[in-house]
Amino acid sequence: MATTTPTSPSAPASVAGVRVPTGGIRADLRAIKVVWQRELIRFSRDRLRIVTSLLQPVLFLFVLGGGLSRLASAGTEGVDLRTFMFPGALAMAVLFTAIFSAASIVWDREYGFLREMLVAPIRRGSIVIGKCLGGATVAAFQGVIVIAFAGLVHVPYAPGMILALFGLALLLAFMVTAFGVMAAARITQMQSFMALTQMLLMPLLFLSGALFPVTGLPRWLELLNRLDPITYAVDPLRRVVFAHLDVSAAARAKLAPGVSWWGWHVPTGVEVLIVALAALVMVALAIAQFRRA
Amino acid sequence: MTAAVAVEGLVKRFGDVEAVRGIDLDVAAGETFGFLGPNGAGKSTTIGMLCTLVEPSGGSARVAGYDVVHERDEVRRNIGLVFQDPTLDGYLSAEQNLRFHAELYGVPKAVVPDRMREVLDMVGLWERRASRVSTFSGGMKRRLEIARGLLHSPRVLFLDEPTVGLDPQTRSSIWRYIGELKQTEEITIFLTTHYMDEAEHCDRIAIMDQGEVIVVDTPEALKASVGKDRVEIGTDDDAAAIAALRERFGLDAHVSEGMVTFAVASGEAFVPRLFAELGVPIRSVSVARPSLDDVFMSYTGTTIRDAESAQRGDPMVRMMRQGR
Repeated sequence: MATTTPTSPSAPASVAGVRVPTGGIRADLRAIKVVWQRELIRFSRDRLRIVTSLLQPVLFLFVLGGGLSRLASAGTEGVDLRTFMFPGALAMAVLFTAIFSAASIVWDREYGFLREMLVAPIRRGSIVIGKCLGGATVAAFQGVIVIAFAGLVHVPYAPGMILALFGLALLLAFMVTAFGVMAAARITQMQSFMALTQMLLMPLLFLSGALFPVTGLPRWLELLNRLDPITYAVDPLRRVVFAHLDVSAAARAKLAPGVSWWGWHVPTGVEVLIVALAALVMVALAIAQFRRA
Repeated sequence: MTAAVAVEGLVKRFGDVEAVRGIDLDVAAGETFGFLGPNGAGKSTTIGMLCTLVEPSGGSARVAGYDVVHERDEVRRNIGLVFQDPTLDGYLSAEQNLRFHAELYGVPKAVVPDRMREVLDMVGLWERRASRVSTFSGGMKRRLEIARGLLHSPRVLFLDEPTVGLDPQTRSSIWRYIGELKQTEEITIFLTTHYMDEAEHCDRIAIMDQGEVIVVDTPEALKASVGKDRVEIGTDDDAAAIAALRERFGLDAHVSEGMVTFAVASGEAFVPRLFAELGVPIRSVSVARPSLDDVFMSYTGTTIRDAESAQRGDPMVRMMRQGR
C-alpha cells in the first residue's frame, strides 16, 4: 500500500509509512474521546450490567420506598414516601453505577489493558478524564432510567425538571467516578477496591440525606451531613423535584427543607458549585495518582 | 545513521537488589537483536527501561534517537511493545482494539483503515477482525498484539518473550510473521527470550546473566567461539568408556541422559579415531554442532535451566510481572 512502502534504509527519518504527529491538545482530546467510547462499548456489551441497571431503581423506589412508606405515612404530611424517596433513589442509582464504572480500572489493571493505556504517548490525565467521562455517561444513563419511573411515584414529567435532574445526575456521576478512579489508582485487587468503596461510599450515601430530610437531625449527624459532598448533589435533586410537586407548604418545609449552614439557607447555585469543585479536586487527585502509578 | 538503541552504563536497583548492573549496548537500525538469558537475568527490567516504563537508577539510554528519561513521549511514539502478558481488551473486537490504539497514538485518521488491514493481514487475523478478543486463542492474541504494536509504524519493536506459553506450531508461526515483518517494514526488532533455539533468529545476541551483559555477537560467531562439537556415544560400559576417553584422548566426559557426552573440536573427523582407539564397544554415536545452549554454558558456566531454578522467587521478576 502506498502509505506504508518502506523507503531505503539510508533514510531512517522516513522509514515507515505512518508518521505519528507530535502530541498536544488535539492528541489528548482524541485519547479522551476513545477512552470514553470504550467505556460505552463495554457497557453496551455487558447485558448483565444493563439488566442490573434496570432493576436497581425498581428495588430502591418500590421495594425500599414501598416497604418503608407503611411506617412513615404519619410523618410525610400526606406525601407518598416513594415520591420523597425519588430524588434519593436517583442519587443512589447514579452513585452505585458510577462507582462500578470506576472499578473497571481495577479490571483493566488485572487484565493488562491499563498498561496499553499507560505506555501510550499521551498525558495520563487524558486517560483519567476519559474514564471519568465514560463512567459519568453510563451512570447518567442509569439516571435516565430512574427518571423514566417518575410518573409511577407521582412525580410529573416536566421537561425543565427532567433536564435539571439529568444535569445534576451527570455532575454527581462525574464526581463519584472521579472518586472511584482516584481510589483505583493504587489498588490492584477487585476485592480491596470493593471493600474500600463500600467502606467509604456507604457512609457518604447514608449521611447525604438521600433517605431522610436534613433538618432536625442530631447535632453530630447534621455536622457530618454538611461535610458530605454528596449532600450537595442530593439536595438540589430534591429541590428540583419538589418545585414541580403540588404539595402543601408544611410538607415542603418538612420534607425538602434544604441545606443550611448556621441558619443560612445554602442556595442551589452554591450547592452545585460545591459538587463541581469536589469533582474537580477528585479528578486532580486521580490524575496525580496516575502520574505516579 | 543513529543507532536504534544506544545504552550506556544503564543501572537499575530495586532497594538493595541491583537488577541491571551497568550495561552498554548498541543496536543498529534494521537489526534483529536478541536478549538471551534466564528468567531473572534482568532482561525484562532492561526492556522496561528502554520502553520508559521503568526509571533507570543510573546511566543513559536512547531509543530511536530519543532519551528514555527526558524525551519519554518521543520514545513512546516511536516504539511498539508486545509484553509477555496480554494487554488486550477482551470485550472489544480485534478491530476495536486496534482502533483504540490508533487513537491513543494519534495515527492520522486517513491512514488508519489501510494500516489496520495491512497489519491484520500480516498476522492472518483480517478475517477475524470483527470477533471479540475474548474468543481468541493464546496464539491469536499474541499475533493481534504484534499487529497492534506495529500499527503506528514504530521504528523499534520490543518483543518481551513473544512466544512464551505458546505451543510449538504457534511459536514457529510467530517467527514467520517476524521474518515477514523484516521484509515489509524498515524496523528494528529488540526481543528477549530464554529459548535458545529462538535466539538463532536474531542478527545479534546479547547474553545476559545476573544483571550483566556477558557477551554480544552473532549467533554464528558465538557458536564458533565455543569451537567444539558435542559428541554423544552409547556404550555397554559407560564407566570404562569415560576412563578410556580420559586416558587415551585427554577428554573430560560425563553421562547425560544415558549417553556418554563430551566436547571435541571437529567432531566428525574424531569419530573414526574414537572407534579405532577407544577399546570399549560403541553401540551408537551422534555429533552435534554447538548450540546456543552450549554457548550459554561456556560463558556463564551453567545451563539456562539451572540458572533459572537458582533464581526462582527473585522479587524483581515478580515486580516486573505486575501490571504497572
